[in-house]
Amino acid sequence: MASKVGARRLEPAAITGVMSREVANFRTFWKATTFSSVLEPIIYLLAFGIGLGATLVDGVGNLEYVEFVGTGMVATAVIFSSAFPSMFGTFVKHRFQNTYDAILAAPVDVEELVTAEVLWISLRAGFYGCFPLIVAMFFGLDPEWGMLLVPIFAFVTAIGFSGLGMATAATVGKIDHFNYVTTLVITPLFLVAGTFFPIDQLPQWAQVVAWLNPLYHLVELVRGAAFGFEPVDFIHFGILVAFALAMWRLAVSRMEKRLID
Amino acid sequence: MKGVRKSFGDITAVDGLDLDVPAGICLGLLGPNGAGKSTSMRLLTGQAIADEGEITVLGHTLPAEAKIARGEMGVVPQLDNLDVDVTVEDNLAVYARLYRVKDVGAAVDRTLQIARLTDRRKDAVDKLSGGMRRRLLLARGLVHEPRLVLLDEPTVGLDPQIRTELWSLIDNLRGGGSTILMCTHYIEEAQRLADEVAVMTQGKIISRGRPADLIREHAGVETAEIYGPPDKLAEARAKAEAQGLRVRPAGPAIAVVGSERATDGAVPDDAVVRAASLEDVFVLLTGEEAE
Repeated sequence: MASKVGARRLEPAAITGVMSREVANFRTFWKATTFSSVLEPIIYLLAFGIGLGATLVDGVGNLEYVEFVGTGMVATAVIFSSAFPSMFGTFVKHRFQNTYDAILAAPVDVEELVTAEVLWISLRAGFYGCFPLIVAMFFGLDPEWGMLLVPIFAFVTAIGFSGLGMATAATVGKIDHFNYVTTLVITPLFLVAGTFFPIDQLPQWAQVVAWLNPLYHLVELVRGAAFGFEPVDFIHFGILVAFALAMWRLAVSRMEKRLID
Repeated sequence: MKGVRKSFGDITAVDGLDLDVPAGICLGLLGPNGAGKSTSMRLLTGQAIADEGEITVLGHTLPAEAKIARGEMGVVPQLDNLDVDVTVEDNLAVYARLYRVKDVGAAVDRTLQIARLTDRRKDAVDKLSGGMRRRLLLARGLVHEPRLVLLDEPTVGLDPQIRTELWSLIDNLRGGGSTILMCTHYIEEAQRLADEVAVMTQGKIISRGRPADLIREHAGVETAEIYGPPDKLAEARAKAEAQGLRVRPAGPAIAVVGSERATDGAVPDDAVVRAASLEDVFVLLTGEEAE
């Protein structure tokens, strides 16, 4: 016998129900995800941290280059583990697998569906986003208590990027169109976030542009967690929260247009 | 549904549809492809919003109370949208949670029995045969013991053996007193499973009743199928139509509907005379060839 379904918005039972579907599916592919999440930062740290650090770059400010890249790589892991699964996963579930038709035939509305999907992807990204930091510790990064906040920073940022991914998936006509988004949006954000080189050495206009990049704020917060917070980190965090809320609502709006005739 | 209209651009999918489904019956919504059946189903689940008209499902007004209504109905879709990498029992458990079922384990056990898949519960869906997957899809729509079941083309694209299996399951469901609204474009499916049939074309219902009543009203008692070369068929058609009988194509033949009223050799001696059928009604009313 089923319990009575309520009419109110964002019912926890609906959200956890949708997330339970994601968990059931994730159990079938978690090994591959974990493998790439561990190996990728190792490769990047070897290539950039050790390779570049040993040949061209001594360090950045007071930091060794491997510490600089290791902390910055959190942002890379977060965008890759939130925007991409969100874009491709949403598109495939909606257009190829008809999964959302099945879910929306149950007592779940689009807002709950999107919220559950965004939360699940962000929880994963919050978890896997910490892997570069852990890997960097094996390359010499000292653990700090502030690093315990990194999953929260990664989670909030991932809400924004998974929302952006869902909104994109609801907007594009074909899966190939993701190439435009990857080239024009994801790659520039990933490169100009202060991960591989410091933003404050760029021209003034580029520094202003960097402030519009959510990943830059995440990188600054992670470095704050690793090397000491500053008052400006409150602003960084506030911008990430605003980005997360805006992208979540954008995803709900775009998905409602896409899923309800 | 009262006076429901739904358009997509210039195309009117549902055009002033009036439809009520009495409790405890299986109503077959029979129509050709593009008649507006699937759109009607989406309107009933709140996945499409009507441009005009009123929709009430189980006492809940749509679209405002669509979520509550969906909690009391089960939907079996036309397309297989199971999670193929996940086990059979997890597929059911996920939907039991979505439907707020209190005892998920018991609901899964019950629906596995309905689908006759208890011994395959630990298998991933992609290890199941096509028939098993369709049974699982049906079971998923019943996991919360819904008051109303919507079946959208439940056996479309299946081979005859699997179709018969599904019919047996749906028949059991009907025998258990469930209220069922079933969209189909298969005449035989409607005739075998539906207590009442509503014939739908171009977004509206053009006739409704018990299959036997529809046949009597629109097709009479007998239909004569006449085979032969084109000139023979043309001559037979002309004679039958001259007597006011309705003639329809039937593959390589023509069918004279209500042939018991034919006189003066309008039906040749070598015609094959059979009982009038729902197929005759469908073709006469919709102008479409039956499947």
